[in-house]
Amino acid sequence: MSGNSTYQPQSKALQWFEKRLPIGGLIHSSFVAYPTPRNLNYWWTFGGILSFMLGVQIVTGIVLAMHYTPHVDFAFKSVEAIMRDVNYGWLLRYLHSNGAAMFFLAVYIHMFRGLYYGSYKEPREVLWILGVIIYLLMMATGFMGYVLVWGQMSFWAATVITNLFSAIPVVGDIIVSWLWGGYAVGNPTLNRFYSLHYLLPFVIVGVVILHVWALHVSGQNNPTGIEPKSDKDTVPFTPYATAKDGFMVACFCILYAWFVFYIPNFLGHADNYIPANPAVTPAEIVPEWYYLPFYAILRSIPNKLMGVIALFGSIGILAFLPWLDTSRIKSARYRPLFKQFFWLFVIACIGLGWLGSKPPEGIYVIMSRLLTFYYFAFFLIVLPLLGIFEKTKPLPNSISESVLGAKA
Amino acid sequence: MNNHRTIIALALAGALIALSGPAFAQEHEASPPPRVKWSFAGPFGKYDQAQLQRGFKIYKEVCASCHSLDMLSIGSLADPGGPGFSQAQAAAIASEYKIKDLDDRGSQIERAGRPADHFPAPFANELAAKAMNGGVAPPDMSTLAKARTYSRGFPWFMLDMFTQYQEHGPDYIAALLKGYKEAAPKGFKMPEGGHYNEYFPGHVIAMPPPLQPGQVTFDDGAPATIDQYANDISAFLVWAAEPHMVARKRIGFQVMIFLIVLAGLMYFTKKKVWSAVH
Repeated sequence: MSGNSTYQPQSKALQWFEKRLPIGGLIHSSFVAYPTPRNLNYWWTFGGILSFMLGVQIVTGIVLAMHYTPHVDFAFKSVEAIMRDVNYGWLLRYLHSNGAAMFFLAVYIHMFRGLYYGSYKEPREVLWILGVIIYLLMMATGFMGYVLVWGQMSFWAATVITNLFSAIPVVGDIIVSWLWGGYAVGNPTLNRFYSLHYLLPFVIVGVVILHVWALHVSGQNNPTGIEPKSDKDTVPFTPYATAKDGFMVACFCILYAWFVFYIPNFLGHADNYIPANPAVTPAEIVPEWYYLPFYAILRSIPNKLMGVIALFGSIGILAFLPWLDTSRIKSARYRPLFKQFFWLFVIACIGLGWLGSKPPEGIYVIMSRLLTFYYFAFFLIVLPLLGIFEKTKPLPNSISESVLGAKA
Repeated sequence: MNNHRTIIALALAGALIALSGPAFAQEHEASPPPRVKWSFAGPFGKYDQAQLQRGFKIYKEVCASCHSLDMLSIGSLADPGGPGFSQAQAAAIASEYKIKDLDDRGSQIERAGRPADHFPAPFANELAAKAMNGGVAPPDMSTLAKARTYSRGFPWFMLDMFTQYQEHGPDYIAALLKGYKEAAPKGFKMPEGGHYNEYFPGHVIAMPPPLQPGQVTFDDGAPATIDQYANDISAFLVWAAEPHMVARKRIGFQVMIFLIVLAGLMYFTKKKVWSAVH
């Protein structure tokens, strides 16, 4: 994180402090002097957007927690009291619930960008794996937050997801009652979900710090996928990246505000405005949109245990991506075949998301199976083989040549 | 490059055709509710105060005998952006309700309601509500307008994101209230105690037709028809579920203007900063 800084505080007092704790230098080297490739496009601004969203979620969440009651008899009512009686409570809650959706939207773009430009390859394997861990933590946090509302969908999502663990042979049922803190989803479940929903975001902050640290050790990847070779290839983070990130955060906020102020319940499920009722099963149990592709994978496999393994495998496989992709060329720009398989993969993920919202019957099951097969084949067959057989395009000599080549 | 674009476009088109067939075939049974022109729809929508007051009258005189409205305080009738009752009117309405309470010796009493009290429920508890209504408790109405919806199907649900159509709840409720039929169509097997409704999923609804023409008399001369009643109570339920909607949309417009100006300024800042490098 250090090493790029020439930071010298102006005032005597700050110099005194800097000698004892060089935090100014740390910030300066990380967010001011830090060299970023000059050819980064707008897809690289989503790291900044994600940091911003994490901050929004934590701030709104802390205030919401001041008004929320984690008890099966009061949870739904306390959420409604926030919506009605707390000053700007409706704003806080809609910011938080839509904020989760925006957070996932941004993280998916961030991940697909990493996949397209090969950002997980040497020397960024640890950076990528830290990202996968953040994503897993986000999924756990988002799921538990959704349960806190204690509407019908909250309750039944909690029941379905915790029941997945009952597929584990021998100890499955013991694990499930241990997760529940009882013999069904109930007050102890709600209480522990609340506790963990408050804890995990700070764990995410911790892993994000490691993620940024790892990023600043290896430096950012860029659209050419070749490493910076001279000062001509980079620009300092401030003002260049900060100005660009700032612009995109503002644009992203317009989209976010559209949802919060105009269609705040568009992404939610109507049934979650019905208080949780263990005696009534909803006609359809559907997770939030950002889990739908994985839900489709789970349901595409007829055997429960294998379905659960596929579900966790579909996320776990991401951690092995740096070694499954055998090509030494990073960017899809120079990998014509990879590029096509990549876009098919994006379509498969969106298709799985759509299928996750459909009942598991007839043509939907067949389509889910096809797309699930492609999802895994992309990682286990396509990527290892492409590295061997693909004819790649010639790389430019340097980043600056790729940017200025035409002009020079 | 162009080649890839074509392949992607073809794949997408193929996927869409493959996906949309079954999606449309799936829409079935209950017909989609007709769209009502609501005053509160759209980015500048506001509640029609007279309509909310009429809706409240229908709630009080018809719905309240079976449905609770637990999560609203009676005083919220005077909140800005709502039905527009004055504080004094809300206090007068509150005082008409009998609220169960304890006196300072701990004995159970009934006292006149105050604006801070919530609307009292028609049944003592859920079991009583079930027992009196054929085994199913009538749902609480506080969030009902957000808890009811109908499937728009692809691609309409995607377009709704841009057109801001989100009145699925009131459209459905209004259609349901207008959708009772005297007799089920020929060949339809109606179970005991069921009522045929065109818009209820499965068509068999336990609730008997709640509205009759002339049942509620309005002071403002609005017609005493089922159509009028259905729209007014639906609008009232939207307010009950979303009492701060008017403020939300007003602030939303201010936020949008601020963000668009900010994004514009950020864009020119970015352009200026990068002009030396490009």
